Amino acid sequence: MTDLNTLQTELLAAIAAAATPEAIEDVRVKALGKQGAVTALLKSLGAMSPDERQSEGPRIHALRETVTQALGDRKAGLERAALDAKLAAETLDMTLPPAAAAQGSVHPVSQVMDELAEIFADLGFSVATGPEIEDDWHNFTALNIPETHPARAMHDTFYFPDQRDGRDMLLRTHTSPVQIRTMTSQEPPIRIIAPGRVYRSDSDATHTPMFHQIEGLVIDRGIHLGHLKWTLETFLKAFFERDDIVLRLRPSYFPFTEPSVEVDVGYTIEKGRRVLGGSEGWMEVLGSGMVHPRVIAACGLDPDEWQGFAFGTGIDRLAMLKYGMDDLRAFFDGDLRWLRHYGFSALDVPTLSGGVGA
Amino acid sequence: MKFTLSWLKEHLDTQASLDAILDTLNAIGIEVEGVENPAEKLAPFTIARVLTAAPHPQADKLQVLSVDAGNGPLQVVCGAPNARAGLVGVFGAPGAYVPGSDITLKVAAIRGVESNGMMCSVRELELGDEHDGIIELPADAPVGANYAAWAELDDPVIDVSITPNRQDCMGVRGIARDLAAAGIGSLKPLAVAPVSGEGAGPDVRTDDPEGCPAFFGQSVSGVTNGASPAWMAKRLKAIGQKPISALVDITNYVMIDLGRPLHVYDRARLSGALVARRAQDGESVLALNGRTYTLDPSMTVIADDAHVHDIGGIMGGEDSGVQAETTDVLIECAYFTPERIAVTGQKLGLTSDARSRFERGVDPAFLEDGLAIATRLVTELCGGTASNVTRAGAAPTAMATHDYDPAMTGTLAGVAVDADRQAAILESLGFAVVQGTPWRVTAPTWRRDVIGAADLVEEVVRIVGLDHVPSTPLPRAPGVAKPTATAEQLVERRARRTAAARGLNEAVTWSFLSEKDAAAFGGGAWTLANPISEDMKVMRPSLLPGLLAAAARNQARGAETIRLFEIGRRYFADAERLTLGFVLAGDRTARSWQAGKAAGFDAFDAKAEILALLAAAGAPVDNLQSFGEAGDHYHPGQSATLRLGPKTVLAAYGTLHPLTAKAFDLNGTVVAGEIFLDAIPAKRASGHMRASFAPPALQPVTRDFAFLVPADMPADSLVRAVKGADKQAIVAARLFDVFSGQGVETGYKSLAVEVVLQPGEKSFTDEELKAIADRVVAAAAKQGAVLRG
Repeated sequence: MTDLNTLQTELLAAIAAAATPEAIEDVRVKALGKQGAVTALLKSLGAMSPDERQSEGPRIHALRETVTQALGDRKAGLERAALDAKLAAETLDMTLPPAAAAQGSVHPVSQVMDELAEIFADLGFSVATGPEIEDDWHNFTALNIPETHPARAMHDTFYFPDQRDGRDMLLRTHTSPVQIRTMTSQEPPIRIIAPGRVYRSDSDATHTPMFHQIEGLVIDRGIHLGHLKWTLETFLKAFFERDDIVLRLRPSYFPFTEPSVEVDVGYTIEKGRRVLGGSEGWMEVLGSGMVHPRVIAACGLDPDEWQGFAFGTGIDRLAMLKYGMDDLRAFFDGDLRWLRHYGFSALDVPTLSGGVGA
Repeated sequence: MKFTLSWLKEHLDTQASLDAILDTLNAIGIEVEGVENPAEKLAPFTIARVLTAAPHPQADKLQVLSVDAGNGPLQVVCGAPNARAGLVGVFGAPGAYVPGSDITLKVAAIRGVESNGMMCSVRELELGDEHDGIIELPADAPVGANYAAWAELDDPVIDVSITPNRQDCMGVRGIARDLAAAGIGSLKPLAVAPVSGEGAGPDVRTDDPEGCPAFFGQSVSGVTNGASPAWMAKRLKAIGQKPISALVDITNYVMIDLGRPLHVYDRARLSGALVARRAQDGESVLALNGRTYTLDPSMTVIADDAHVHDIGGIMGGEDSGVQAETTDVLIECAYFTPERIAVTGQKLGLTSDARSRFERGVDPAFLEDGLAIATRLVTELCGGTASNVTRAGAAPTAMATHDYDPAMTGTLAGVAVDADRQAAILESLGFAVVQGTPWRVTAPTWRRDVIGAADLVEEVVRIVGLDHVPSTPLPRAPGVAKPTATAEQLVERRARRTAAARGLNEAVTWSFLSEKDAAAFGGGAWTLANPISEDMKVMRPSLLPGLLAAAARNQARGAETIRLFEIGRRYFADAERLTLGFVLAGDRTARSWQAGKAAGFDAFDAKAEILALLAAAGAPVDNLQSFGEAGDHYHPGQSATLRLGPKTVLAAYGTLHPLTAKAFDLNGTVVAGEIFLDAIPAKRASGHMRASFAPPALQPVTRDFAFLVPADMPADSLVRAVKGADKQAIVAARLFDVFSGQGVETGYKSLAVEVVLQPGEKSFTDEELKAIADRVVAAAAKQGAVLRG
C-alpha cells in the first residue's frame, strides 16, 4: 500500500512542479488519462475481492480526489499568476488627466430672474411680459407722463422714426408699460412681476444703454402702502437670504404712483464691500408707490374700486448687490472669464427648499 | 440743488441740529445727496501777519518771510509776488493738508532755507480760481484766529435732489416751508418792500397769451453794475455759482432763494417795446451760452422791434445782457406756460436753471412780489431810480378744490392720522382746508402738482413719516403656492439650463447692431432715430452678430475654446421672437495625451447642440425635416434648417460662412446655430399619468444593410425609407457608416444602416426575416439605392 502513498507524493510533486498549463495537462494525462496511473488503479478495483475493494476502494478514490483537487488548484494558481502578470503590464499612470468636459454657465441676470420668479411665485405673483419696442402711449402717456412732462425728457428715450396706429414707437425705458398691458388685458385682482430688458440712451461707467428691470404690480381691493412695505421687505429678505434687511422708505416722485416711495436698503461694510443688511449706510434700491388713480383709469378700471401698488428695480443691480460684481458694463461683454467667474451652474436652479441663492 | 445752512435759516427759524434737518429732509421727500462744511477742510489754517520779507539768497522769485501766526515769528519761504511785510493772510502750519494742492505741509528746506509752513492762495484753499498771489485779508483781521471761522465759512452746504413735481422746492424758501411743516422750526415771513416807482413803467406786453400769459416789467435807471456785495457773493460761491456782477447775481440769487427766475435787459440795447410773442420761422438768437439757436413759431420769445432778446423762460440773449457799463435796466418777471417751455426746451436741446423751473411751473401768484423783491435788491445794491411796474396779462392763479376724506390715509397709505393733525399739516404747507363731509381742500398756487385726493394723502403721510406705515402682509391664498411660470418661460428655462449643462456659457449681448451687421443677417426692421452710436443702431434680426462679436473679443483675449449662447429676442416688424443662438469657435477638444492634436468644431457639433436643445425645449425632434436655406451667413454646403412641415422653421445651423467669420475677425472654423423658440409648438397638457410600462417579451433582432447610393443623396431620405419599409417590425434604423473610395464606384457612396426588428408574440421565422429584408431593399431601391452584394 506504500505504492499509493508514493504515487500520491510523486503526483503532487509533479503538479507542484508544473509551471505551465501544458505541464499540468501532462500530469493530468499521466495520472487521470486513459492510460494514467490513477485510472489504472481505479480499473484494478473491479478485479478485487469484496474485502480488498472495501479497504482499497476508498484509498484509491481518495487519491483520485486529492490529485484532481491539486490539479485544479495548481491550474487556478497559474491562471491567477498569469492574470496578475497581465494586469501588472497594464498599469496606467493614474495621475494623468482625463479628457475635460466643457464647463457651461448661466448668466447672472438669468439666474437672478429665476430667483425672483421663485420668490414671487410663493407670494402669488405670476410673470408677465411685454414688448421691448413700445409705443409712447404705453411707455409714457398711460403712465401719467404726458408729452411735455419733464420726466419724459429725463428718461433719455431711444426713438424709432416709425409710428404704429398713430403712436410714436420707442424702446421701452422701463418695465412699467407691462403694468398697462396687464391691467388692460386681464381682470383684477392682479399680482404680477415683469422682468426684462429696458433701454436708455445713456452710457458711462455706471450706465449702459441696455439693462434689466423688474416690475411688480398688485391691483386688488383694499391694498395699501403697508402691503407694499411688507412685500418689499419680504422679497428683499428672501432674495438676500438675510433677516437683518432694513428698509427706509422715503417720499419720492414717479408720475405713475401716488404716493410715491423710494426704498433705501441698509447696508454694512464687510471686508471692504457693501453688503445689504444692517444700517451702517443706505442705498437706493427700489422705486415704488401706490398706482396713480389716473393710471388705473387709463387702463379702463375704476380707481374708486381698485387700487394697488407697483415697484421697480434693476435686476443687474440686484445681482451686483447680491453677488458682488462691480462693473455693469461687463454684464454685456460676453467675456468667458467673467461668465465663468460670476456665472452659475446649470443645476443651480433656485428653489424655495434649496434656497434661492447659489 | 444746493444751499447753505445759514441761507436756509434766512427763511426758517429753527434751533434744530444739522443732522435733524438732514434726516427730516430725507424723511419728507427732499433727498439729501451730500453735505459738506468748507470749514472742516480749512480747520488747520489760521490768520497770520507777515512781519518781514527779505529776498531768498538762492532764488530770485522767492522771498524769506517772517510770519506771525499768533505764536511769534516763523520763517516761511514764499513765492507769491504780493508777499510783503505787513500783509495779513492765511497760514498753514506743518501738518496741514492743503486741499487745492493735495499736499500735506511739512517743515522743509526750500533752496537751502528752512520753511515752516505756507502762506496760501485762494486756489490752494479751494476758495476760488485765483492763484496770482497769496490771500490778502484786511489789516485788522485777528492774527492767530481760525480763518474759516473768521471768514464765516463755517456754514454747511447741503445738496438736495428735488423731484420733478416739486418746483416750489427749487427755491430755498420752499424747502424751509416743508421743513416747518415737518416740525423743524417755523417759516419766517417773507419781507416784501416794493420800491415805489417814478414815471411810466416800461413798454412791455404779451402778444402770446398762451405761451406767456403774464409779463411784468419794471425799469431802473442810473444803476451801477459793480460786484455784488460780499454776503451775496459768498452765498453764491458756497453753492458753486460764480459771482458775475450785481445785476446778474441778483437774478440768480432770487431764483435760488425763492424759485423765481427773472431776466434783466440792458435798456440801451433795446429798441421799442419788449414783447412776448411767437418766434418767426427761421428767426435766430445768440443766447447767453454763446450758441445760436434757430427758432420756430411754436416757441415763445421776448423781442423788441429789431430782434429776439430772450428764448422766453429758458435763456436770455447775449445781445441785451447786462454789462459792467450798463446803466438802465428792465427787469422781467413773467409767467411762461410749463408745457410750452418743455417742448421748446426739448426741441432746442437747451437746458437751463430757468427752464427747469418754468417747465415744472413756478408760482403764478408770485410775479408781483418777485418783481418787487428783485427791484428792491437792484436799487439797494446798484442804486438808480425805479419806474412804475407794467403788468401785461395775468398768470393762471386759479386752483382746483379737491374732495378729501381724511380716512384715506388709512385706506391708501395704511396709516391712520388724526383729522386735526392732517388739517394742520396741509395748512402749514399752504393748503386751504374746509373740514366738511367731504373735506374741501385747495392747493396753494405753488403746488400745481397736486391734482387729487391721492396727492393729499401723500402730503400728509410724508410729513407724518413713512416709517409710521405698518408693514402689512399681503393676503395669502391657502395652500402651497401654485406654479406661475408660463409655457414660454418653461421652454426658455429648460433650453437655458440644458445649454449650460452641455458646456455652453450664457452671454447677454446688445439688442442693437450696426446697420452693416443687421443687413448681413437678414436686415433689421427697426432702426433707431437717435442711436447712441452707429454700432448700436438697428434692432437685431439675429442673435448671431452679437455672439460672434463676443466670440471675437474672447479670441482676441486668447480664449482657445469658445462656446457661447444667448436667449433673447429678435425684433421684426410684426413681433419680437424669443430665440436661442449659439456660437462654437476654436478647439472643440484641446490637444491631449489621449487624442493628440486639438480638434476644431464642425457642422455636426452645431447639429448635436441643435438637436439636444430642441429636445429640451420640447420640440418633436423625430418629426423634423432637414432643409437648406439656413441663410447667407452660413457655409452654403454645410448648413441646414430643421422644419416642422416645409414652412415652420424651428432651427438653422451650420458652419459659418468664411466671409462672415472674417467680417467679425474670427479665426478658424466657426459653427453656429439658432433655435426659434417661439416657433416650437406648445406641448399639449396630458396630465401626470404615464402610459403603462409593457416591455416586449422577446429580444429585438438587428440586421445590417449596406446600400450603394448616388454621392449627393441625403442619407436621411434612405434611413427614413428603410425605417418605413415595415412599420410593424422595424422599430429603429440608424445609419452607422458612410464610405466612398476603393470598391465604391465614382459618383456613389456606400451607406450602411443598422435596422432593429422587434418581434411580437413569437420569434421571427427565417421566412419572415427574409420578407422584411426584401421590403427594406425594395423601399431603398425606390430612393435609388442598391443593396451592396
